Amino acid sequence: MLQFQLWKKLLVAVVLLGGVVYALPNLVNGQAASILPGEKINLGLDLRGGSHLLLRVDIDAVRQERLDTIADTIRQEFRGAKIRFSGLDLRDNSVVVKLRDASDADAAQSIINGLGQGVSLTRDNDIYRIAFNDAGMMEMQTQTVQQSIEIIRRRLDPKGTKEPVIQRQGLDRVLVQLPGVDDPEAVKRLLGRTAKLTFQLVDSRMTAAEAIDRGRTPPGTALLRSASDYGRSYVVEKRVMVSGEMLDSASAGIDQNNRPAVNFALNTVGARKFGKVTGDNIGRPFAIVLDGKVVSAPVIQSQIFGSGQITGDFTVAETNELALILRAGALPAPLIVMEERSIGPGLGADSVAAGEIAAVIGLVLVAAYMVASYGLFGALADVALVANIVLIIAALSALQATLTLPGIAGIVLTMGMAVDANVLIFERIREELARGRSVLAAIDGGYQRALSTIVDSNLTTLFAALFLYIFGSGPIKGFAVTLAIGIVTSLFTAVMVTRLLIILWVERKRASKIIL
Amino acid sequence: MRLKLVPSDTSIDFLRHRRIAFVFSLLLVLSSIGLFLSKGLNLGIDFRGGILIEARNSTGPADISGLRRNLESLGLGDISLQGFGAETDILVRVQRQEGDEAAQIAAIHAITASLGEAYDVRRTEFVGPTVGAELAEKGLLAVACALLAIMVYIWFRFEWQFSIAAILALAHDIFSTVGLFALTSFEFNLATVAAILTIAGYSINDTVVVFDRVRENLRRYKSYEITDIINKSLNETLSRTVMTSVTTLLALGAIAVFGGAVLRDFALAMIWGVVIGTYSSIFVAVGFLSRFDIRHQEPDDGVEVPETERS
Repeated sequence: MLQFQLWKKLLVAVVLLGGVVYALPNLVNGQAASILPGEKINLGLDLRGGSHLLLRVDIDAVRQERLDTIADTIRQEFRGAKIRFSGLDLRDNSVVVKLRDASDADAAQSIINGLGQGVSLTRDNDIYRIAFNDAGMMEMQTQTVQQSIEIIRRRLDPKGTKEPVIQRQGLDRVLVQLPGVDDPEAVKRLLGRTAKLTFQLVDSRMTAAEAIDRGRTPPGTALLRSASDYGRSYVVEKRVMVSGEMLDSASAGIDQNNRPAVNFALNTVGARKFGKVTGDNIGRPFAIVLDGKVVSAPVIQSQIFGSGQITGDFTVAETNELALILRAGALPAPLIVMEERSIGPGLGADSVAAGEIAAVIGLVLVAAYMVASYGLFGALADVALVANIVLIIAALSALQATLTLPGIAGIVLTMGMAVDANVLIFERIREELARGRSVLAAIDGGYQRALSTIVDSNLTTLFAALFLYIFGSGPIKGFAVTLAIGIVTSLFTAVMVTRLLIILWVERKRASKIIL
Repeated sequence: MRLKLVPSDTSIDFLRHRRIAFVFSLLLVLSSIGLFLSKGLNLGIDFRGGILIEARNSTGPADISGLRRNLESLGLGDISLQGFGAETDILVRVQRQEGDEAAQIAAIHAITASLGEAYDVRRTEFVGPTVGAELAEKGLLAVACALLAIMVYIWFRFEWQFSIAAILALAHDIFSTVGLFALTSFEFNLATVAAILTIAGYSINDTVVVFDRVRENLRRYKSYEITDIINKSLNETLSRTVMTSVTTLLALGAIAVFGGAVLRDFALAMIWGVVIGTYSSIFVAVGFLSRFDIRHQEPDDGVEVPETERS
């Protein structure tokens, strides 16, 4: 009855061997590691240092922009079709317009239908209200978030070497996980502006002071503030000469006064346009506008074609960042930081060291206590415990699950709880021996009768781990993963490995008596 | 010579003290609820939103009172500054700032600037109000779902009386843990929720072991009084209960002492959980079970009396 079938022995051998092979890459480095099949454990950001950012893409800003465009289109098309209207305005996330003449209804309707599938029209007599419908909003969200992800990737990882995780979450959120960041503020600066770059002519009909006095600017112009802190403003034509999409390259450099500046080059389309406008407007100032603020407003000295320079009140670091952002392109919408967790590399390394010490000391204490309580059997359980840790490390490596600081706590905790299965079995064997059964019968009975208890008690803990995984975030998920893996591997090692060891020992010694 | 914290043949009459235990547990739970309602929890930034910055002084021990003056002059509202682990390390917590997310980011700038060059920022955490509310909701949902799943599983594996007794014991553990956090003003954060769920897992594990034995003994000793069966089961599993508690406490103790400042609170919560979970398995879960007439409910499902009894 105390048989351990060959296939079970083989299974134990194969699993343990596999465990060692997959755990090994975590111990060896360099050449030796490359011949092994597995990979190292994937350390979480809290252990290797890095930034975790949850960003919200401000879809409302995009919607507002698109509605502006729709309003412009309607104004032009209605005028072109001689439709008389009034009160064209944006209200409650929709474009509202009032028709003067009911006979224009059909013409207006067909123009509005031409706006596309994404918008819907509601009519209240002669008042037309155009808004994005659910499908339109959904498409806008998907498109905006996807574009944002692309731009974020280009800004954070221009060389493609940093392995950032950038993924969409929910409707309008983007999760960014960037390992190995020394300066999380720099990351936020890189993502903190949309970087919409435009060149617009400065209007000379009215000075900024006059515009502020009168509270209005000439038609087709807008009052923009200076980006530097001098509080200057400029009256700028709304018409855009050249925009950021026409940039071919941008790099940090210095101007003729040896101050940091950003050099840029335009693509062919941009160069042609810029050349024409500058040629027509020699002697007039134009504004370099970044995210709605005037960076500088140089006077056009001569016709400018392909390349130029953005000067302003910059530091070298700022010109580097600005050049990078301009190369990556503008974000379609502003990003709002909803959650940030940044860990410096020093703290991560300290955490790993502390976790390792805690694990080793925990292991030694538990192992010593088991030997003190159960003697040889305790030592066998300790062998299984070590095998358990090897298997947990192997499973984490093979699954490429992320090990976090709470995850290390999970492993240490598992060590304490893993011996529970063996304790249950050994206590049962003790009872069987006390009932006067033979050694073999006691061992066999102990295993059989403890098994259902072991399964019941471990499954309930597995439930807790499961829900932690489903609802937990970041480091807590890591804890749930190690806890769950630990439960499964400890079931295996406690039930299969110690059993095999005990049987091998009994067979070898032909023991007729055991002390437990 | 074997180390035995519990002698082999105990016959402690656990149920004799069940009235005292019941009153004690009732007081514990009621005072926990009272503390929770009156004093409330010291919610961490995970749930309340806010900013946390850990920094290390590269030039020597941190000058906490000097830093506090500087930080308070920033006018960011409620600021908490404390030493953290080593004497060079500090932890700054700032309440959620008025205004939108940009206002929070500005506050982080202001704090790091105020700390000055000597301080190396090791960790920055910022949780916006929306995310905080979501995390709280998810945490509650996780606890509720885990409890429900455990209840259903116990119901499925045992009789309904066991399930109710187990859930009462679990609720007892969770309430008293929350009460402890209210009493001590320890920060209640995501790690605490993880600790509570792990405590729930540990406690139910302990309860199931005793329940398994009660069920087995119910079948084996059909003529015994229920209280005798329960007492016998508790005594038979006592050695294991103590053994497992000690190994788990050893592991947790190692985390609490050597695992670093971040894990310390988590380990302390778990240590409390192991103690209360072990107590509740014996006195609450089994105590309630003894009030049910479980024998009538135990169907004669043809389970054989284990062969050991025939020998």
